[in-house]
Amino acid sequence: MSINLTLLIVMGVLYACGIYLILERSLTRVLLGLMLLANATNILILSTGGYAGLAPLFDKQTNPEAYNDPLPQALILTSIVISFAVTAFMLGIIYRTWVLARQDEIQDDLEDVRVAKTPSFDAEDDAIVPLETSEFAITPASPASKDRPDATETPNTASTQEVGSA
Amino acid sequence: MNLANLSPLAVLLPILGAALAFLLIRHHSAQRVVSIGILSATLLLECLLLVSVWDGGTTSVTLGGWLPPWGVVLVVDQFSSLMLVVSTVVSLAVLIYATGQGMADGDQEAPVSIFHPTYLILVAGVSNAFLTGDLFNLYVGFEILLTASYVLMTLGGTGPRIRAGVTYVVVSVVSSVLFLIAIAMIYGATGTITMADLAIKLAELDQGTQNLLHVMLLVAFGIKAAVFPLSFWLPDSYPTAPAPVTAVFAGLLTKVGVYAMVRTETLLFPGDTLNVPLMVVALLTMIVGILGALAQSDIKRLLSFTLVSHIGYMVFGLAMSSVAGLGAAVFYVAHHITVQTSLFLVTGLIERRGGSSSIDRLGGLAKLSPLLALLFFVPAMNLAGIPPFSGFLGKLGLLQAGVELGTPLAIVLVVGGVVTSLLTLLAIARVWNRAFWRKPEDAEYPDPVLMTPGNVGVLPRTMVGSTAGLVVFGVALTVFAGPLFQVADGSAGIMLDRSAYIHSVLGDSVEVPPLAQTEEPQPGEAPSGKTEPGDAK
Repeated sequence: MSINLTLLIVMGVLYACGIYLILERSLTRVLLGLMLLANATNILILSTGGYAGLAPLFDKQTNPEAYNDPLPQALILTSIVISFAVTAFMLGIIYRTWVLARQDEIQDDLEDVRVAKTPSFDAEDDAIVPLETSEFAITPASPASKDRPDATETPNTASTQEVGSA
Repeated sequence: MNLANLSPLAVLLPILGAALAFLLIRHHSAQRVVSIGILSATLLLECLLLVSVWDGGTTSVTLGGWLPPWGVVLVVDQFSSLMLVVSTVVSLAVLIYATGQGMADGDQEAPVSIFHPTYLILVAGVSNAFLTGDLFNLYVGFEILLTASYVLMTLGGTGPRIRAGVTYVVVSVVSSVLFLIAIAMIYGATGTITMADLAIKLAELDQGTQNLLHVMLLVAFGIKAAVFPLSFWLPDSYPTAPAPVTAVFAGLLTKVGVYAMVRTETLLFPGDTLNVPLMVVALLTMIVGILGALAQSDIKRLLSFTLVSHIGYMVFGLAMSSVAGLGAAVFYVAHHITVQTSLFLVTGLIERRGGSSSIDRLGGLAKLSPLLALLFFVPAMNLAGIPPFSGFLGKLGLLQAGVELGTPLAIVLVVGGVVTSLLTLLAIARVWNRAFWRKPEDAEYPDPVLMTPGNVGVLPRTMVGSTAGLVVFGVALTVFAGPLFQVADGSAGIMLDRSAYIHSVLGDSVEVPPLAQTEEPQPGEAPSGKTEPGDAK
């Protein structure tokens, strides 16, 4: 298989620019990057068909070697249509982001940030177990158990002492 | 008449239904009837396909009169038809759930009436990906389902959904570009994109080129399947979508990626060149995923992380490339599609009943709504792999296959699988203890809705009914686990053998499948040994 060097260089440049652009935080640049990547891939598919040849319309006099390989072109046509649809959708999303947030940037996931900031201590899972775990405790555990996490430390120890002294 | 000739209908029916539903965009009840009717017809057809190949046949249909090495073929075998049936059962349940939700909420505006056509397109894409025997057609199937999923993900266009949608779209497009690059390189190297033909021609390439193409395909599919280093996007984007949409995505989309990985590993690149890296990746997926789940306080996010984690089991089964391992993986995929989807549907119900899906707010649901508790409990125990359920059977199959293989890495994975299973139980138990078991006022941020004693929120009957139906289907997978496991193992045998697939596409006599690279490795030996007598006659 022979490859056209110019196409190869163009493809490389498109890939490089595309990858650079999708690493940006700005959505419009990401979109441009995706478009460049899609076009670079189209050129890659085109170059798998080898050098340019005759249109693949059957003619008895023509040597089969002279025809161009039509399959990569059919693939490119499909992939162009697909990237067209995706680009249109991305533009819609970017416009919507602008309408909602007045900014053209990828936003952080708030829940993700919240979970990352949550301390590993969990009031319910990691609370100090009172000495008396029986259901028939002498002192009903009701005052302690109703407390909020910020106040767990003191009442819990208090009830433990109570049980111990009782 | 050969039933497999009807297989294109599995793709065409939903597409035609989508067109019809789109025309009926102003007539909501007609739209509902059309989409549910079409999907039921598709399900019926797919059940027929499954029955026709139940005993292990493989049939193919050439489309448009172009013969296989050039034209597009659809291949129906046990694995693909099993996936079709399970996926359509799940999609039908979710569709009924969604119509119930839509009717209850009175969502009559334009963005929601677009739901039905888009959903049917999604189903068509999934069916196409399962059926196709052509690499580029697989790409097209992926794009059909992805484009539909972009729309569903951002349905309504609210702030969080758009934010999640951006991540999802960009990651998906990048993975599609990688897949397309891989296809271009494969075409450049072999001059064909029919998978059966590739199975023969790829083996003639030198090992370095093979590895490059192999890794590129696996990375592209790994992003779709959310395998560990490539799974970061999933828990970020799934939870914000509407409940039925998250449910169907969790059930189907990642499994399409797993399906493509299975075909890559068994048909295109048989042998065990990448088994060790795959096993390491499987272990990391299981452990990292489930540790992520433990940190979450939102049920949807927690379930998204368990979804990632359990993909690891399937990759583990796949990486063993033995009949037992692959068969268990096939069974596990069918089980996991059902269970994960029903859990997400139940979470939708919880959110509806309790006003939130955060376990810091919920409480006392078991007393408030015992039916809801039951609907959550059964699939949750199923997911964690508690003995009577199919989750246990699937995991047992995987672990047995791992012990049978007996390499140190496989043993490490067996241990990792058990640990993951226990940690899943822990994560699920946290949800159970908080959302269902404790008193509503014990919550960190108590929910006023749940604390009002007389407040009885009625859940729409269609939503509960479809969720219950799916839970029952999950239990049925347990009851009929025997025959199902037989089919799964049978399909694994056929896939590892490859000759049935290749013969059915390229003709019986002409093509002789070359021996899978069996110079040095042991595990691939058994199936290829069986091939030779078949070739001799």
